[in-house]
Amino acid sequence: MSASEDRLKDLLVRGLAGDTSAYHAFLKELSAHLRAFLRGRLSRLPDEVEDLVQETLLAVHNQRHTYDAGQPLTAWIHAIARYKLIDLLRRRAGREAMNDPIDDELAVFASSDTEADDARRDVAKLLERLPDRQRLPIIHMKLQGLSVIEAARMTGMSEAAVKVGVHRGLKALAAMIRGE
Amino acid sequence: MMKTEELIAMLASGAEAAEPHALQRRYVTALGWGAFGTTLLMAILLGVRPDLAEATRLPMFWAKLAFPAALLAGALFAVLRLSRPGARLAYAPAAIAAPVLAMWLLAAIVLLGAAPGERGELILGISAASCPFTIALLSVPLFIAALWAMKGLAPTRLALAGAFAGLLAGAGGALIYALHCPEMAAPFLGLWYVLGMSIPAAVGAAIGPSVLRW
Repeated sequence: MSASEDRLKDLLVRGLAGDTSAYHAFLKELSAHLRAFLRGRLSRLPDEVEDLVQETLLAVHNQRHTYDAGQPLTAWIHAIARYKLIDLLRRRAGREAMNDPIDDELAVFASSDTEADDARRDVAKLLERLPDRQRLPIIHMKLQGLSVIEAARMTGMSEAAVKVGVHRGLKALAAMIRGE
Repeated sequence: MMKTEELIAMLASGAEAAEPHALQRRYVTALGWGAFGTTLLMAILLGVRPDLAEATRLPMFWAKLAFPAALLAGALFAVLRLSRPGARLAYAPAAIAAPVLAMWLLAAIVLLGAAPGERGELILGISAASCPFTIALLSVPLFIAALWAMKGLAPTRLALAGAFAGLLAGAGGALIYALHCPEMAAPFLGLWYVLGMSIPAAVGAAIGPSVLRW
């Protein structure tokens, strides 16, 4: 097991237990690994890399409840990254664009790349298209950093509705990205 | 323009602790409702066989229940695995193949021991024409429930995931149907029950890639 795997797994496990700064560190480090991994495998579509990094991060976040701490993190992350990569290539109907093998799980943490290109798709614009009951909770809680109670007071929604709004809004964002 | 760093900050901000055992709980809820739906469908359409009490005294009655029950357990194991990215199927295919092979072996023994003139009846029984379709029909509520549960998780092999969700529903449908169906011959069960459970499995493999996408 690599040192990256150990450290990332520790951060994620703490994040899943509610430690947001560990979770933030996890996503940040993960994004560099994903970028290097996807750049290597999308060398003919360099403009797509940052969008796919973002899409994969959103997928990791939305599906984080499917991680089992007894499972190697490499296998979990690799399966998600591979799934999103293949999904992108299917969307583009061009599997020939892929020129490197993607089945090696260990490759997913083998390198890292913190030099982000600009994404082409603006997640902030997609956010604006969400209905208020999802958009407002995300803006207040996730962008302005308010608590559930404060966000509920700002929007006049119940606390439960605010939580559901964030959850469903992020899922809806992922659905918009994959073009549904 | 939202940069990746900003997206990360957004995702991490206020992220609450993940619900423990979220995956198992989702399946308990879904399959509970699905089993309720399948049982209700059976109660409305068919009802249990009138001689159920007497039938429970026959070992073959229990073998007939154990067969779909074993497949249900194997398919459930596979479905739980396939709902997590990167989890291996491990023994699931073997656990699913074993009861089918056992039933086929039993069927072969029964057929070989029967007089040639009786073999047709052992295979066809009295309900061969309707049995597979009834099992498929009864599986519908469980099938919808299993797909719903899976869709909210993260299957990455969609055709396979759909197929096992279908098999799970088919095995559940067959288990409930076995309380109505009067057939007791292993050759019948090995052919028509297997076919009935295969229908939702095949449908699942076909629709998985579009229905389960996330």
